[in-house]
Amino acid sequence: MLNYVLSRLLTFIPTFIGVTLISFAFIRVLPGDPIIVMAGERGLTKERYAELEAQFGFDRPIYTQFWEYLTGVMQGDLGNSFVTKRPVWDEFFTLFPATLELSACAMIFAVVLGLPAGVIAAVNRGKFFDRALMSTALIGYSMPIFWWALLLIIVFSGNLQWTPVSGRISLVYYFQDATGFMLIDSLASGQKGAFASAVSHLVLPTIVLGTIPLAVIARQTRSAMLEVLGEDYIRTARAKGLSPGRINGIHALRNALIPVITVIGLSVGTLLAGAILTETIFSWPGIGKWMVDSIFRRDYPVVQGGLLLIAVMVMVVNLTVDMLYGVINPKIRKR
Amino acid sequence: MSLRLKLATGILLSGIAASAASAQSLVYCSEGSPEGFDPALYTAGTTFDASSHPIYNRLTQFKVGTTEVLPGLAETWDVSEDGKTVTFNLRKGVKFHSNDMFSPSRDFNADDVIFTFERQKNADHPYNKVSGGTWEYFGGMSMPDLIDSIEKVDDYTVKFNLTRPEAPFIANMAMDFASIQSAEYGDVMMEAGTPEMMNQAPIGTGPFSFQAYQKDAVIRYLRNDDYWGDAAKVESLIFAITPDASVRYQKVQAGECHVMAYPNPADIQAMKDDDGIVVMEQEGLNVGYLAYNTTVAPYDNPNVRKALNMAIDKQSIIDVVFQGSGQIAKNPLPPTMWSYNDAVKDDEYNPEKAKEMLAAEGVEGLNLKIWAMPVQRPYNPNARRMAELMQEDFAKVGVTVEIVSYEWGEYLSRSKELDRDGAVLLGWTGDNGDPDNFLAVLLGCDGREASNRAQWCHQPFEDLIQKAKVLPTQAERQPLYEEAQVIFKEQAPWATIAHSVVYMTMRPEVDGYIVHPLGGHIFNQVGLSQ
Repeated sequence: MLNYVLSRLLTFIPTFIGVTLISFAFIRVLPGDPIIVMAGERGLTKERYAELEAQFGFDRPIYTQFWEYLTGVMQGDLGNSFVTKRPVWDEFFTLFPATLELSACAMIFAVVLGLPAGVIAAVNRGKFFDRALMSTALIGYSMPIFWWALLLIIVFSGNLQWTPVSGRISLVYYFQDATGFMLIDSLASGQKGAFASAVSHLVLPTIVLGTIPLAVIARQTRSAMLEVLGEDYIRTARAKGLSPGRINGIHALRNALIPVITVIGLSVGTLLAGAILTETIFSWPGIGKWMVDSIFRRDYPVVQGGLLLIAVMVMVVNLTVDMLYGVINPKIRKR
Repeated sequence: MSLRLKLATGILLSGIAASAASAQSLVYCSEGSPEGFDPALYTAGTTFDASSHPIYNRLTQFKVGTTEVLPGLAETWDVSEDGKTVTFNLRKGVKFHSNDMFSPSRDFNADDVIFTFERQKNADHPYNKVSGGTWEYFGGMSMPDLIDSIEKVDDYTVKFNLTRPEAPFIANMAMDFASIQSAEYGDVMMEAGTPEMMNQAPIGTGPFSFQAYQKDAVIRYLRNDDYWGDAAKVESLIFAITPDASVRYQKVQAGECHVMAYPNPADIQAMKDDDGIVVMEQEGLNVGYLAYNTTVAPYDNPNVRKALNMAIDKQSIIDVVFQGSGQIAKNPLPPTMWSYNDAVKDDEYNPEKAKEMLAAEGVEGLNLKIWAMPVQRPYNPNARRMAELMQEDFAKVGVTVEIVSYEWGEYLSRSKELDRDGAVLLGWTGDNGDPDNFLAVLLGCDGREASNRAQWCHQPFEDLIQKAKVLPTQAERQPLYEEAQVIFKEQAPWATIAHSVVYMTMRPEVDGYIVHPLGGHIFNQVGLSQ
């Protein structure tokens, strides 16, 4: 297993360098000059432009800029945002817990509902329940996030007033962020009702962000289960007289999990993409909106640093998924 | 339903959902995050709302709801006869805020004024490069060329020596970039090795002190009980950052916010019909225009430009693009600006006559490029749609239009080029309530290849605005600006399209809110009725 992990880790290095280069190049390939965007309609004199160019280092050759960026990255320095003037690293870690908290809740929501739904649909193949579930999943998958979020807000926050409209916690609660995870911080604050408020604020964004992964996981679990249920060893298990619960839950599901875990791993990317819209609508202070704003402002350090950190996270998730394959199916780790 | 009642029912209904803060907290649903809290470093209105308005004061200040300049941290000022020396007499007993890192040992004085401007002007000042200082507004208002030196006469007297007389200077001192910082706080932070804290944990003299900022989520302020002016009416001010306009509306309805900015134009009618919502409106201090390139034939001919202006159906643009939240512009100045010349008659919409005029000038089969901005602005909420409407209008007079667009930075820089092909859709929002800030910046000869997108330099107009700029009183300047607007209309370097109407949406318990023509959202005078 150790060799397996090490071999996977080695593939990290070229990927990391590649991502650094791409994230550096990506924002520079886009048309638009951050200095001009910053000055807006007011514009700048040529002299002032030249001064700012020198201040930001844009007057140096591109390979020099890349080299400085790369050496900075190696030393853990991603530079300062052109706009807020704060270190990219600080901004990322201020905002990332919010995204992580929301994504984790959305993923738990998707897995907890999606796995059993897929199993039940597969076991009841062709019956009403299967059809209803799969149709619902298709609708969930096709739903535009923006529309779905506003619909939920209007119904549950506007009309029924069951949930708050947006934000992470009610404004009556005020405490310093200790971890950045609102569920933990609100609990640690000891303020009465703070944790409940944080939970209530998570409900709608979790449902919105979790809807697409939920649909994908349910459909994938169903098809993987159907494939496994047709295998000879399942027929053998049935012939041995094992209970349906044992057959479906242990023999079938465990083997059906490999493609499901792949989908869950890939969903992390989807979650981050979905987080951009979900965060904007629910005023959720996460990295999705931060990245989009930075692209519009051509805030080079934030875009390249943010992309790099997100890419590293996706790589870590993929590595974890690869290792999970090994745990579930020993044949894989022996290869 | 009152906010408190809402709070109670919210908790009862869900058992978990709590609503906005206490009755003495005013919650404002803002549209975006501030870039930082030192206003001199930035140019965005969102940043000024969160920094200069609640936290700071300036030497002079605009009376809320007008562009009238009042004393601020300077009680009085004297302008020398040649107009090149301005002496400010400072207010005594003004206290700076304090925070965990800093308690002021003295009141506001001349050192703070010198610190505020020297850090922006002097490249060797220890704070000049802190927080990547680019001082865009200070540069944009020509302050580096204008201010020759700043002298401390005594603790409460500061003298600005200017390189030329400049009437708008007093109004410029009321602008956000001129927000007065504490020199003592600057020294303490520099010594502590954390000079950037001036931008992150601001200290000012304003009606609210900064309490905390949770990035992209919430900004909290507390009332400054030592404030030198009228104290704020609420104990605390909270900005709940809510980027989506529909969600802001829902939050006001649900009682999670008291006031919201920038409603969707499409929602305004529903808001007006809702008894639980108050909608205020005022013309914005802005103008949206189509600038021809007056250096390129046939647009160098005023008659051709005039004919094209007559082909544009501006009312349709107001109805379709602004969805009613705008008004037709006939002058380059907005109607809320002093010296606005209401006697000027707008070009009538008359495609037939326009066609005849073009024929009379020998213009046939004209192809025109219209540049459509890729971004949304109050003075032009949808430039693409506006360009499409103009395309249809111009087709009726035999002019073929090609619509072009570029990424915003490219758009701004390419549209400045002297030999630019085509007419540019753009606009301007006033900075200091002075007509010079529109007429000289956007139409003066010095603005060519820069903010004068029409590349227009017309001597009779230029003489008037240059003369008006150095006259000391508003009464003397006004007739010159009025005449300049007449010349502008005759020469038609632009098609003036629209001034936006600014809407503010709030709950009925909000008391005393005034829509400010310069665009800021100011809460000093706002209270909450029970």
